[in-house]
Amino acid sequence: MSERRLPPVTQLGMLSLALIVAGGIYLAAHLPHQVPLTPAIVLLAVSALLLAGNLASLARVPDFPWQRFFEIARWALLAYIVIAGMIEYAFLRDHVSGGALVVLTLSLVVFAVHVPILIGFTVARYDTSEESSVGGMPA
Amino acid sequence: MAHAAVSVPGMQADGPPAGTIERPDFQIVPRAGLGIVAVVLALLIAAIAANELWPLAFLHFVGGAAWTIIDLFLGFVLGPILGRLSIPARIELTTRLMPKMVLIMPTVVTVTLAAGWQLGNHLGTVQSSYYLHGWLVASYIVVGIMAVIALGLLEPANIAVLVELKKPHPNPQVIERLMKRFIYTAGATGVMQIATLVIMAKLTVG
Repeated sequence: MSERRLPPVTQLGMLSLALIVAGGIYLAAHLPHQVPLTPAIVLLAVSALLLAGNLASLARVPDFPWQRFFEIARWALLAYIVIAGMIEYAFLRDHVSGGALVVLTLSLVVFAVHVPILIGFTVARYDTSEESSVGGMPA
Repeated sequence: MAHAAVSVPGMQADGPPAGTIERPDFQIVPRAGLGIVAVVLALLIAAIAANELWPLAFLHFVGGAAWTIIDLFLGFVLGPILGRLSIPARIELTTRLMPKMVLIMPTVVTVTLAAGWQLGNHLGTVQSSYYLHGWLVASYIVVGIMAVIALGLLEPANIAVLVELKKPHPNPQVIERLMKRFIYTAGATGVMQIATLVIMAKLTVG
């Protein structure tokens, strides 16, 4: 099975998600006390940088099947926006506010964007140019 | 129902041309299931909004039980069986099982975690003053690891294998590779689920 050389998108994506989860656990483990947000902000910033790095490295891949990538990633994005929205709703319902809410909301944004990228990437990496678009996705 | 053929080098089949396998037509995301997912999510929103003990506990217990059982069953029962099936049987099972998993797993995980968090708020067990707080933080960590594995490896493999099977000429090697990834990661999360069961039993009995 011949494959194009690709950057470690999945590995970096999983690291990015792990950092987001670690930040969330750090904040959740100290409730209801106010804790310094710096560790969570640092984890979020590194996670966002990994997301940006993943996109930048993918953009440099020659002949990457972007059409297939977006065909899948946009539906996954819709699904994960719904999931992130549910979690955000729970935060608001529980009166999370201030800096913690900002950090958690931005973490959800990174989560809701990075997972669809991983799904789109995993599908697109096995794309062959002669194959037509998939008909089973809700389109 | 439309069918397509999967080429398998060196394989002879009775019906289709030599070296190909029939696979049934399928939807990657079963549209009929989207309504059920919408109803379940609506129930979750209603339970969180009401903040009542019974609906939150019900959704958390049902979702958690489903998540645990599915992971254990896939990883330790169905996975090894799938690996020993003939290629046509494996493809047929995959095309019938995996589209359902696309809807079931994200829904079950979302319901379990959102209802569980709200339940913890309701009972006060998410507070750091709770006497079993260490056990609760341990559950966050276990669930966090499972989530990263599921979101980074399992879910993409699930979607990718279905997209590959949907192609006019699916590549059996790609399907094999992605299915292995799916089953191994399901097994890994199955092992983590045992840790979840230990923690939840401790939290239940105190």
